[in-house]
Amino acid sequence: MVISIASGKGGTGKTTIAVNLALSLNGQERVQFLDCDVEGPNAHIFLKPDFYYEKPVEIPVPAVDEARCSYCGRCAEVCSFHAIAVIKDHVLTFPELCHGCGGCIRFCPEKAITEIGRHIGVVRRGVAGEIDFVQGTLDIGEAISPPLIKAVKRLIQRDQTVILDAPPGTSCPAVETVKGSDFCLLVTEPTPFGLNDLSLATHMVRKLGVPAGVVINRSDVGDGRVDRFCEEQGIPILMRIPWDTRLSELYALGEPVAQSGSEWKAVFLRLFEDLQRVV
Amino acid sequence: MYEIVIISGKGGTGKTSVAGCFAALAGNAVLADCDVDAANLHLILGAKQREAYEFSASKKAEIHDALCVRCGACRDVCRFDAVSETSEAGEFKIDPLSCEGCGVCFYTCPRQAISMKEAVSGRWFISDTPYGIMVHAALRAGEGNSGKLVTLVKNKARELAEADGVRYVITDGPPGVGCPVIASLTGATVALIVTEPTRSAIHDMKRVLQVCRHFGVPASVCINRCDLSKENTAEIMRYCHEEGIHVIGEIPFDRAVVDAMVKGLPAVQYVECEASRRIRNMWEELKTGLAEKSDG
Repeated sequence: MVISIASGKGGTGKTTIAVNLALSLNGQERVQFLDCDVEGPNAHIFLKPDFYYEKPVEIPVPAVDEARCSYCGRCAEVCSFHAIAVIKDHVLTFPELCHGCGGCIRFCPEKAITEIGRHIGVVRRGVAGEIDFVQGTLDIGEAISPPLIKAVKRLIQRDQTVILDAPPGTSCPAVETVKGSDFCLLVTEPTPFGLNDLSLATHMVRKLGVPAGVVINRSDVGDGRVDRFCEEQGIPILMRIPWDTRLSELYALGEPVAQSGSEWKAVFLRLFEDLQRVV
Repeated sequence: MYEIVIISGKGGTGKTSVAGCFAALAGNAVLADCDVDAANLHLILGAKQREAYEFSASKKAEIHDALCVRCGACRDVCRFDAVSETSEAGEFKIDPLSCEGCGVCFYTCPRQAISMKEAVSGRWFISDTPYGIMVHAALRAGEGNSGKLVTLVKNKARELAEADGVRYVITDGPPGVGCPVIASLTGATVALIVTEPTRSAIHDMKRVLQVCRHFGVPASVCINRCDLSKENTAEIMRYCHEEGIHVIGEIPFDRAVVDAMVKGLPAVQYVECEASRRIRNMWEELKTGLAEKSDG
């Protein structure tokens, strides 16, 4: 089963839920953890994996052989992203605008364009206890993260319990992560910001056709509007975590709460059982 | 005109709360919410919508079934796995969420059975707030092009500020380091990075500081909930000192900030507490720094 952990709003506790769920299941299920928040990957801080593998991720961008080019301008005409331009007898490429669709190469009548790789980030793989840990890290200054998220997700082992830690928001990086999951846990807090972003995230999972449930973090701050929203929308609330300074302090230090012997382990196992019942 | 962009790397560190307070303290600023896929600033500024516009930045492919001969060429050339064959009728369908709008299928189709249609991917608004005009947007859930929408919001805010002779544009930025963050930073006078003393936030702060350096935008740092971990706060101070980055303020945790949000108000307008005092000092220091910069 593939479970993604998402939220519209950042900082609601996605990584906390993802990491502790993974640790609680470790030993009982075969667990794979994929950190898809490639702009700000944090799960490794808590799971402390030993990495044994690192692979660069590239996207294909055009390279023009001007010896063959007739400057007909067809490449620029078919490029929807303005990533290639022909000015008199010169071809300019803008690799940071290129989406790697391959149109310019396909339609060049002189076969003057080939593809070269442009580095956008790395995928690392490691082990944390028995957890198979995968992480993507986007290069600084790089704008487009979905191809890197795709590269992370290519390592999914569907026969295991797979936990995907999603980036915040509801645009393409979040969609790329949640797409194809069997279930999505939406982590929120009972504040106006939490509610607004939960409602956006709810739209997203509906569009993707992924069933969802809610975790309310810091459940005793704010007001009751998130509860009412979930009731109206028929989304089950699977877990509530009250405000607890000790939890925040452990989080600050990069320590998960669901260590062996901790009462939290049982709490997260119950979340997993409840979640399976809803799917 | 000064453009102050508030970002963080990690989400939920308090960007919007700080931006809302700055808006109230500036008195007359143009406000821009560049977190276009989860915009919240309007919720604490009492924004009243004045104008609303549709935003479309891309096209999506559409197959006309009557013309389609089911050859599958579109599926073969699509690099985004957006074309699939429905099992029953053998029809080809395009998944709009996967379609990047590149048009390769459109140019490839031997029967001209594919058209590229302008797609609305969000809306943007001009609103009135008690503290000045606000430009904000709502990207449709699941859409791309957030960078383009951010650029539109920013340009509009800049235009409005110039037209009215307004001194400050205060921009609430998105989390992360990718496309919408880069678009938010473009052309900014200064970036304020709101972080907190947690391992995750420190990790992401370092990344977003690198992005600021990469694009040549001067940055200062503010440590929110600074009392959560003394060790981590000290580490942020040390790191910023070594990197020559000014730490402009430390804000202690205060339930009143959450209460203010629930009431739909910037914290400085809600209650006089330690947190709001510190934010006030931060704003004064930022303002002085900007004035000196333009004098010097």
